Amino acid sequence: VKRAAAFEAGVAAALANPSLQAALADVPAGFVAARARAKAALPEFEALRRTGRDIRDHTLAHLDVYLETFERNAEHAGSRVHWAASGTDACDIILGICREAGARVVTKSKSMVSEEVGLRARLEAAVLDVVETDLGEYIIQIRGETPSHIIAPAIHLRAGDVADEFRRRHSHLGAERDLSAPEALVGEARAVLREKFLSAEVGITGANFLVAETGSAIIVTNEGNADLTMSLPKVHIVLASIDKVVPTLNDAWPLLRLLARSATGQEFTAYTTLVTGPRRAGDIDGPEACHVVIVDNGRSELLRSKLRPVLRCIRCGACMNHCPVYCAIGGHAYDSVYPGPIGAVLTPALAGLPEAGHLAQASTFCGRCEEVCPVEIPLVSLMRHWREMAIEEPGSWRSRTLLRAWAWLAQHPRAYRPVASMAAGTLALLGRARGRLSALPFGKRWTRHRDFPAPQGRTFQALYARRKREAAP
Amino acid sequence: MNRAQIVGAIRSALDAESSQAARRAIVADRLAHPLAHPRPARTRRIAAELVQQFKDYQRTLGVDLIEVGTAAEVPAAISGYLLGLALPLRLRRGADPLLAGLPWESASLVVDIGAAQDGDTVGLSRAVAGAAETGTLVLASGADNPVTLGFLPDTHIVVLRADTIVGSYEEACAMVLAETGGAMPRTLNLITGASRTGDIGGKIVMGAHGPRRLAVVLLGSG
Repeated sequence: VKRAAAFEAGVAAALANPSLQAALADVPAGFVAARARAKAALPEFEALRRTGRDIRDHTLAHLDVYLETFERNAEHAGSRVHWAASGTDACDIILGICREAGARVVTKSKSMVSEEVGLRARLEAAVLDVVETDLGEYIIQIRGETPSHIIAPAIHLRAGDVADEFRRRHSHLGAERDLSAPEALVGEARAVLREKFLSAEVGITGANFLVAETGSAIIVTNEGNADLTMSLPKVHIVLASIDKVVPTLNDAWPLLRLLARSATGQEFTAYTTLVTGPRRAGDIDGPEACHVVIVDNGRSELLRSKLRPVLRCIRCGACMNHCPVYCAIGGHAYDSVYPGPIGAVLTPALAGLPEAGHLAQASTFCGRCEEVCPVEIPLVSLMRHWREMAIEEPGSWRSRTLLRAWAWLAQHPRAYRPVASMAAGTLALLGRARGRLSALPFGKRWTRHRDFPAPQGRTFQALYARRKREAAP
Repeated sequence: MNRAQIVGAIRSALDAESSQAARRAIVADRLAHPLAHPRPARTRRIAAELVQQFKDYQRTLGVDLIEVGTAAEVPAAISGYLLGLALPLRLRRGADPLLAGLPWESASLVVDIGAAQDGDTVGLSRAVAGAAETGTLVLASGADNPVTLGFLPDTHIVVLRADTIVGSYEEACAMVLAETGGAMPRTLNLITGASRTGDIGGKIVMGAHGPRRLAVVLLGSG
């Protein structure tokens, strides 16, 4: 209940924040329009979504075997594979690798699962200099914020906000410099981060996919930051959750065709890299060691439940770009690593119903998220699943009692008719003067923002019975 | 400990303890005979159309296209390109036989060999193939093709033979595997335009971290 109240407060603050509203206003013209163009340019797009869904479902149904296959092939290519049951385990393993490598500076490319397990905070607590290298992620790191979108972490900010932060943070640079153009901001971040790239001992990336057949990790960026992160330091660590695996290279291509089009509306992301192990004999660059940390953190439980389809997710963000609720309140109001419809389904599963069950209420059930999901996750039914679970919680006794009473009434016409007729009559009397009601008993929160139209005074059934009587000869 | 716990949890969640043999057989079959998923129609065109499609994509992506008829013309074409941009006439390349066999002495270029160093202005790589479906260059890292050349310097130039342009990612990847004898290279890099970001106010800015500028030397497209 406390979390739900905090969520409502966050929503109110987001709606009242003009700078956030201005930033969110660009989403429909940006990501949404770009996706529509990319889809229109590929007649096979809808068929591809079904292919994507089938690949993911097949993999999830055989997940244990594919993970073992991935491990075997990755180790054959010289990677070391680690298994982490929890987020804490994953952080422990990675911290151990960093210490063994004598790391002081660690570069990191964007990874949602690293946000989920709190990796950066954990490494920073161990006095490592951890630098996010995705530009959006770097901006929110220095602002002390969390991502507000899974592919555009700083989508809640405008160029002016970034310029202000850079002036505060990069105080060694001239105060008179011109940061009015986004190009100047990108150039400044590039120069600052280039030094980090060159001095890091360990580079950490996520993975968009793991390929069981070859033991490869596939990592996609537009900036090329993951490539510098994985190629320059002496140790490369891949952090990936168990659901990232696909059977073969052939299965990766359809998913990659879906990913960029669904995410940014590009036909393909600038840099798609398949990395298979560390530096080979004769190589003159690349890391000396490559580790892959596979983390579960609650996902295996989801395989058992009705929620299994949520593990198909390829983290494109299309569901939030097309969500009227997300576009009104932004990502931070959700107070969840994964915002938007996918967060409303995934977060209650990972964090627990009391912590995040209320997120499933943050939907109009309009269904646009389902329509655009590249792997056809039934997001609306899965949110409904959480609403059903929430009503069974002990704390929901009032809603439960009301619903039971309503259900009983609806199933007993003899009782329903007089009650409905009395309610319609009373409300008609109360709203007689204006034809509408500005306050309802038990419904003050609903009428705070709108009026309730007053009933005409008689119920439909009463009118119907009268017409029938009058029509009779 | 963690491994057995995770694999066991997945198996129990899938209710799969009793059907392990059958499930393993299904996976073994999928790995032995990878599914050929449908590919977009745009990948199935005749060679000349694929080359044209690839070239069209380079223009849309903001890639500089340098077309040359023969390998012998490559060094001069590159020095002309750099001159046009007022860039230093210096580049670094790997020991790749195609690149090594070019008549570098014919152009006034300083050519360094090896992995990219901080301060390098131009990196030169060879692409194994081009995928016309999105104008994607496919590069494979190796002893002769250091991956850093494509990411540290401000300008990345890629030599691509027109007769290696194919329709799909699948075909391009098969060409890489044919070259390596079936083994995945350490990195297989699919490059579609130069480095960019939309992270500041949604405006696309080039040169976020990797190269600010990408040029393709298309060999034998005439």
